[in-house]
Amino acid sequence: MTLSLTPATGTAIRGDHLVVCDLVPAGARVLDVGCEDGALLQLLTERRQIDGRGMELSQSGVNKAVARGLSVVQGDADTDLADYPDHAFDVVILSQTLQATRDPKGVLEQLLRIGGQVIVSIPNFAHWRNRMQLLWRGRMPVTKYLPYQWYDTPNIHFCSIRDFVALVEDMDATVVKAVALSGRGDRIGFSAPWWLWNLIGEQAVFLLKR
Amino acid sequence: MSDTPVQDSPAPAGLTPADLEQAQRREIDTPSSQVMRFGPADALPLDAGVTLAPWQIAYETYGTLNADRSNAILICHALTGDQYVASTNPVTRKPGWWTMLVGPGKPVDTDRYFVICANVLGGCMGTTGPASTNPETGAPYALSMPVVTIRDMVRAQARLVEHLGIETLFAVVGGSMGGMQVLQWASLYPEKVFAAVPIATGARHSSQNIAFHEVGRQAVMADPDWLGGNYIAAGRRPSKGLSVARMAAHITYMSDTSLHRKFGRNLQDREAPTFGFDADFQIESYLRHQGLTFVDRFDANSYLYVTRAMDYFDLAAEHGGSLARAFLRTSTRFCVISFTTDWLFPTSESKAVVRALNAAAANVSFVEVHSDRGHDAFLLDEPEMFRTVRGFLTGAAHARGIPAPGGAA
Repeated sequence: MTLSLTPATGTAIRGDHLVVCDLVPAGARVLDVGCEDGALLQLLTERRQIDGRGMELSQSGVNKAVARGLSVVQGDADTDLADYPDHAFDVVILSQTLQATRDPKGVLEQLLRIGGQVIVSIPNFAHWRNRMQLLWRGRMPVTKYLPYQWYDTPNIHFCSIRDFVALVEDMDATVVKAVALSGRGDRIGFSAPWWLWNLIGEQAVFLLKR
Repeated sequence: MSDTPVQDSPAPAGLTPADLEQAQRREIDTPSSQVMRFGPADALPLDAGVTLAPWQIAYETYGTLNADRSNAILICHALTGDQYVASTNPVTRKPGWWTMLVGPGKPVDTDRYFVICANVLGGCMGTTGPASTNPETGAPYALSMPVVTIRDMVRAQARLVEHLGIETLFAVVGGSMGGMQVLQWASLYPEKVFAAVPIATGARHSSQNIAFHEVGRQAVMADPDWLGGNYIAAGRRPSKGLSVARMAAHITYMSDTSLHRKFGRNLQDREAPTFGFDADFQIESYLRHQGLTFVDRFDANSYLYVTRAMDYFDLAAEHGGSLARAFLRTSTRFCVISFTTDWLFPTSESKAVVRALNAAAANVSFVEVHSDRGHDAFLLDEPEMFRTVRGFLTGAAHARGIPAPGGAA
């Protein structure tokens, strides 16, 4: 895979960000929940000319994003999404954040209320490497994408690709599109049944609609 | 003391109290800065239900207005500030009060933007206020000046901006009472404000804040030299009362941590307490100094009027109790900034503004700056605040098609 560079920061673009970028229509009104330092928002602004906003829990992330000229507020997805009116955005993005929320279903409910389309990317807890660690070592998985020990992780609600799809169905929403990613952030280029993606996808990006 | 706001550092040598008083009196009607005068045909309607005419507004400008008049930034000053945001104050001869933020190459870059700063209505540095001469009587207005509000101040600034030929301000920036004006601008004239930066402020003055202001006003009015507000005509000054008012207010501008770090319980020029009521402690002598230098540059009645304006400010109340309604369908880009140890306008007040802006689907950024210096942090060297303002304005300039400062972000 060739790494792309953003001109503003010169850092490598994350694979899941590129996948998200492909899913966002040009000129859309976008809210990125858990936007960190605004790297995805900046990418979307440059490549998709979006009208972007961000929400981020860490103040250092917020300050970096605002200093780059992005519109970002400090806020907690669990509590502060309630402040936004219905259908306020064309697209709401939750990138690698769902597993760190206290109430993932409640957050997802808010996302579907605020956005016409919702893009969620998650680390897949059922990836084979995690299964192996649990099966053979009997230890909670620690990998490049789940780098924390069980006692100090901000990730408190893990799920697998299949769990997530089940939750979406349970909430009367639809998976419009799903992309599984390898550990390197590359797109898994072939279509496969959920069970296979659930095994080999280290991350997944979903486009949801209700 | 590095924490001391610039305007109240010790006066340059050679300035006697008489010099200062003379300069202060001169600036009231005939300011050294630019001034725009409005006659009876341009009377200013006030929230108090009366109109003011004639009236004048004193202001300073920095930088150059570009050809399409799209690069003007209005700076709104705080309670006892003035139009000399980045130039020498003609009374105290000290540098401007926000030179760290405003100037060539600074976050509010005067090489790039055209910066305007006006003295507020009710002030005493050349804009009509209680110390100004009432042309009908030839004496100062004193308490016959109608009470003014933040909205009146903003209306007066809007007249100035209009007469400068500026249709839309690129940005309105201000802290504390200046931040209230920023919010009022964005709410009252959304189409005239491209970007808004309210710093260390709130959409209302809290009950506690009103309480502190009332202590200050009562101190002024209890001074035997106040004379029912007619002290100027009588050639007197309620210096003691105003000084006490400033001392009380000054405490609210700092944090317990910053006071303790600077002064602790240290004694001033002595080894042991005197068992009397001299300024034994350093903090006492510091506050007395703050009070004394303040009376040299500010008018007591003006202090009553501007504190009252802050007390009356409640943006939600103007909109049926809904702050979100104050900003409905706004296209202004907001950048709200608060400080962790500000207890005069705590972060919760800024967050209430941000919540309302979100509910109004506004374009909003919010940064809480870590600082232990309390409310006054907005006037001090706070790199995080500077980075935020620079980054936000650069992004907004890009959105408005104004070339970015220095050709780079």
